Amino acid sequence: MTSELDIFVGNTTLIDEDVYRLWLDGYSVGDAVALRVRSGILEQTGATAAVLQSDTMDHYRTFHMLERLLHAPPKLLHQLIYQIPPSRQALLIERYYAFDEAFVREVLGKKLSKGTKKDLDDISTKTGITLKSCRRQFDNFKRVFKVVEEMRGSLVDNIQQHFLLSDRLARDYAAIVFFANNRFETGKKKLQYLSFGDFAFCAELMIQNWTLGAVGEAPTDPDSQVDDMDMDLDKEFLQDLKELKVLVADKDLLDLHKSLVCTALRGKLGVFSEMEANFKNLSRGLVNVATKLTHNKDVRDLFVDLVEKFVEPCRSDHWPLSDVRLFLNQYSASVHSLDGFRHQALWDRYMGTLRGCLLRLYHD
Amino acid sequence: MPGKLKVKIVAGRHLPVMDRASDLTDAFVEVKFGNTTFKTDVYPKSLNPQWNSEWFKFEVDDEDLQDEPLQITVLDHDTYSANDAIGKVYIDIDPLLYSEAATVISGWFPIYDTIHGIRGEINVVVKVDLFNDLNRFRQSSCGVKFFCTTSIPKCYRAVIIHGFVEELVVNEDPEYQWIDRIRTPRASNEARQRLISLMSGELQRKIGLKVLEMRGNAVVGYLQCFDLEGESGLVVRAIGTACTLDKLSSPAAFLPACNSPSKEMKEIPFNEDPNPNTHSSGPSTPLKNQTYSFSPSKSYSRQSSSSDTDLSLTPKTGMGSGSAGKEGGPFKALLRQQTQSALEQREFPFFTLTAFPPGFLVHVGGVVSARSVKLLDRIHNPDEPETRDAWWAEIRQEIKSHAKALGCHAVVGYSESTSICEEVCILSASGTAAVLNPRFLQDGTVEGCLEQRLEENLPAGCGFCHIPYDELNMPFPAHLTYCYNCRKQKVPDVLFTTIDLPTDATVIGKGCLIQARLCRLKKKAQAEANATAISNLLPFMEYEVHTQLMNKLKLKGMNALFGLRIQITVGENMLMGLASATGVYLAALPTPGGIQIAGKTPNDGSYEQHISHMQKKINDTIAKNKELYEINPPEISEEIIGSPIPEPRQRSRLLRSQSESSDEVTELDLSHGKKDAFVLEIDDTDAMEDVHSLLTDVPPPSGFYSCNTEIMPGINNWTSEIQMFTSVRVIRLSSLNLTNQALNKNFNDLCENLLKSLYFKLRSMIPCCLCHVNFTVSLPEDELIQVTVTAVAITFDKNQALQTTKAHVEKSLQRASTDNEELLQFPLELCSDSLPSHPFPPAKEHLESASSNSGIPAAQRAVTVEKTSPMGEGNFRNRSAAPCANSTVGVVKMTPLSFIPGAKITKYLGIINMFFIRETTSLREEGGVSGFLHAFIAEVFAMVRAHVAALGGNAVVSYIMKQCVFMENPNKNQAQCLINVSGDAVVFARESELEVVSTQQPAANCQPACTGGEVTT
Repeated sequence: MTSELDIFVGNTTLIDEDVYRLWLDGYSVGDAVALRVRSGILEQTGATAAVLQSDTMDHYRTFHMLERLLHAPPKLLHQLIYQIPPSRQALLIERYYAFDEAFVREVLGKKLSKGTKKDLDDISTKTGITLKSCRRQFDNFKRVFKVVEEMRGSLVDNIQQHFLLSDRLARDYAAIVFFANNRFETGKKKLQYLSFGDFAFCAELMIQNWTLGAVGEAPTDPDSQVDDMDMDLDKEFLQDLKELKVLVADKDLLDLHKSLVCTALRGKLGVFSEMEANFKNLSRGLVNVATKLTHNKDVRDLFVDLVEKFVEPCRSDHWPLSDVRLFLNQYSASVHSLDGFRHQALWDRYMGTLRGCLLRLYHD
Repeated sequence: MPGKLKVKIVAGRHLPVMDRASDLTDAFVEVKFGNTTFKTDVYPKSLNPQWNSEWFKFEVDDEDLQDEPLQITVLDHDTYSANDAIGKVYIDIDPLLYSEAATVISGWFPIYDTIHGIRGEINVVVKVDLFNDLNRFRQSSCGVKFFCTTSIPKCYRAVIIHGFVEELVVNEDPEYQWIDRIRTPRASNEARQRLISLMSGELQRKIGLKVLEMRGNAVVGYLQCFDLEGESGLVVRAIGTACTLDKLSSPAAFLPACNSPSKEMKEIPFNEDPNPNTHSSGPSTPLKNQTYSFSPSKSYSRQSSSSDTDLSLTPKTGMGSGSAGKEGGPFKALLRQQTQSALEQREFPFFTLTAFPPGFLVHVGGVVSARSVKLLDRIHNPDEPETRDAWWAEIRQEIKSHAKALGCHAVVGYSESTSICEEVCILSASGTAAVLNPRFLQDGTVEGCLEQRLEENLPAGCGFCHIPYDELNMPFPAHLTYCYNCRKQKVPDVLFTTIDLPTDATVIGKGCLIQARLCRLKKKAQAEANATAISNLLPFMEYEVHTQLMNKLKLKGMNALFGLRIQITVGENMLMGLASATGVYLAALPTPGGIQIAGKTPNDGSYEQHISHMQKKINDTIAKNKELYEINPPEISEEIIGSPIPEPRQRSRLLRSQSESSDEVTELDLSHGKKDAFVLEIDDTDAMEDVHSLLTDVPPPSGFYSCNTEIMPGINNWTSEIQMFTSVRVIRLSSLNLTNQALNKNFNDLCENLLKSLYFKLRSMIPCCLCHVNFTVSLPEDELIQVTVTAVAITFDKNQALQTTKAHVEKSLQRASTDNEELLQFPLELCSDSLPSHPFPPAKEHLESASSNSGIPAAQRAVTVEKTSPMGEGNFRNRSAAPCANSTVGVVKMTPLSFIPGAKITKYLGIINMFFIRETTSLREEGGVSGFLHAFIAEVFAMVRAHVAALGGNAVVSYIMKQCVFMENPNKNQAQCLINVSGDAVVFARESELEVVSTQQPAANCQPACTGGEVTT
């Protein structure tokens, strides 16, 4: 006796959260059944393995049919075929678009292209995440990217509107899209200690301050050719950053800057002497990062540079985070007292964001 | 020119991409009714076209309005080649033809294609202007209302129940016409869908005409079926019960009654016209029994088609007087005469209803059924479907005579079905023989003092169990005792019926689903030989099915079956029998004896030991079941009951088939003589198997109950969470050396596993009850068995369940010791204590908890109500639409029941009757057979919901999937499926929403009750 056909269709579509998770994690029906058996469900419910097999198959089939709709979540809301309570719809969408930390770290900043997709095999082996799940996550990134790529307006809002994600998840996707678009390097060995959260935090700051949308000028100019206001860095801004060069190129200015910072921090910093000794190096590093951002290559290496030029030197001198904070605050603020320096606004736009990023990046 | 149909095409959405180059579609719409077609403009390059068309107007006869469906076709415009069809929508405009139903159909309909399934949606508005037609010879029957519900619909009152209406129409099946060889599968499917739509329209109109002739205005319990006879044609037939219904007009006046059963009850006894609402709003309540002193009376006996064919032998009037003498005296006899004359005017005194207005059902005689095996031949002249008519007439005659043999003049819970395999067709009909109260059957209100007095004298809650036949002239041997309730009348030991449990029946404990399953191999044969082989097998099957039912019933410690439905399915090389029913313990009937096992070879020691071991297992099971279903009848000493009536048959053993079978109709003596215990004689391995299979049925996991009736006896505190579902399984038998035993085991496992899967899937709804569990079996191919189940899972409040049962038992105890003289007091008592002791749906709990000290804090109960699991439909409603609040799709509930727990049906919008075909030539790509059928059933649900929503409704009640014919050809990567569903579209309102009105109720309610009381005394 073999079961040829075995289905269950409810007027309200039944969604089993546990099975959904197994499906999302890319387990085959067989593996999923085995995992469910191990969870002790048979003992709890008195069901048989055959029942579990049939139930799992059924849920998998349902999810498979729903997947098409999940690719465009608003469709899930308006479709008539599956009657699903709104709370469950939200859960389906949120879980479908959720991703693994390990996975996102592997592809963050990479071009979401076929080439990368081919590498998923390796990523799967490396992270222990099933290939199926990797594919889903990758396709999600790519799909979101494609949809919001050409759109005007706030990145987070666009994502939220077209994918109905929670605020938290929409922000994460904004970061992923922003990184993919600007191709920031995140995979280097020295960046391994950083989490996705660290990068997402920086991305948010950068979107808020360094993109065209951040200035809020584009909407008044409908003929503007710049469509993706939140995704691309403000080219003009990057160009202007060259002006900061003077802070390290002009020796007087650099000395003045250093003395201002040192005066203010004397006695307040545990690592004062190290700071004093390293000031010029650090300042050169930070300013050089700014002036190089006109080149795409250097934009990509932004995080590598920040770690190399700032995080690592401080870390090797064992600066505590509080000292880093004090230093960066003073370092940014003191520029306002440099009489010869005319680009205060530009400095603030640059340093305000950078300070936030550096503080976040500064940990073990 | 009596009608103008107006159609407006508003917009489309989610259309499929029809032009690969642009990834877009140039869509336009054709609107067709009869022979007239209109077109919209092409809306270029969009998947969400906005046509906003003018009103297309069709001027048509109302005859056409009833027959024809409105056909809307969405196409993709193509400049160079033929336009491609995207899909179609068929809209039945019948609901617009009666005044009280829907006034407009407006909404999003899924665009359906028989090859691709649903492809986007279209927004349509449809209206009808009807002109008054004074032509007396008209062919249309506009205005007759149709209900699938097999009880008097809520918010209506039955003035007269006229009786049986039937009709059938036949045609050639387009699938078998020569043209089918040259047309595409899509064209063929669409031709079929359209034809069936037309035929059901025509059928409904013809039935409507019959109703008008009978001076009725509605058909209740309307059941329409298709027989796909293959080469020989297509038959659409329908049966129903003609009624004259009165709308309960002023909602204000009736609101209190509808709101809560506990209140209704008080009105009833004093209301001259029993208010159909009463039994509407839900599950039976122990309280009602008391109020209803008159109530149905009499009797039963056992299942079975009686053995007498000769009508003249049956004691028609004699039996009446025999038992009536003690009971109602001359009144009773008079009543009987009245009823008889009312019914004799009818050719077939049949009623498709399964639940009745209070007082309608007097006595129940038992199940009557008839089957007949026919050879199909081509229907030569579709306009003269005489052969098919004659076949059914024959069967109905048979049923009628069986009912007479049981001393009954009517058949209730009547239904008909067929099973077809190649050219052989089994026609089946079954129902419950009954004696009815004439008051609903005649014109003019017959109520006089006669009935008033009758009512007062009849005992509550047991009357329908009393035998209607003469005990000295019993149609079959049975064991009679005095009723355990009133002690005045005779009752049988077991009662089988096809109806729902009467609302006023006194039940002890809970009920459960009981199934008998059986397979019989049959040689492959042709034509006559095949039909003969089947005819010969039928009596054996029927007998064994009954034996199984009886054994399982006893194993459960119960004594009555309700909702019995026996399905015999014919296949190429086997016959399958599946009987489902809900077992209960009726307080009026005697406690069932146990099952005794007797070995054949008493000298063998180890054998003896084995037998005693089995015996112990059986006894344990019975004890366990009694505990599980809370069956603890009050102990009654023998003296009170009186000595058992002397019985001719003291020997108690199974009668192995002494059935004689006529050519076509099988008649059986299925009576098992009985004394205290039921003896199973184990004389061969077969019998051993039987006993084993008895014990393999696993009870549902704790927290689960199941029944195939509308409501579960013993549970009446449903919460509002419901989940309707359909589950289909097909198994392939290994063809090698199949034996009957192996086959039985396979079939048994299939059903048991299916049930287990259901329990597992719905575990999040615990505590819950599967209601109206409806199994259908078909044998699509040689080695395939298909089982389709539709049911609804309803959660209930456990705390209150316990409470109710307790109250229940107390009540029955109380009743057991109550004498007739005390009956007059009841109304008064009720006034004071009915409210607290009647917990029904959650909505009223606040009200209740205020006035009762039931021991459960109100807060705690409120919590249980709120906790509806996210999986069900319970918390669908707008306010919980948290993150995706912009959803535009309204929730439509579907249920096979006639009511919605915790809600009140405020309007019936019309009947839903839909037929779909789906075919695929890429079976693998669509996920194999399971993927294909899963998607199709989901689509069918979606289309039903969309139609209901467009009518302005929010639920379908009495939903039924009448057919699910699935055929596959995996080698060709093809499959086809036909599904036919029906139900009643309704608008319901939550009781909590009505609560505002109900707050002043208790006081207001006592008023009519008290004044009424004065009148009666």
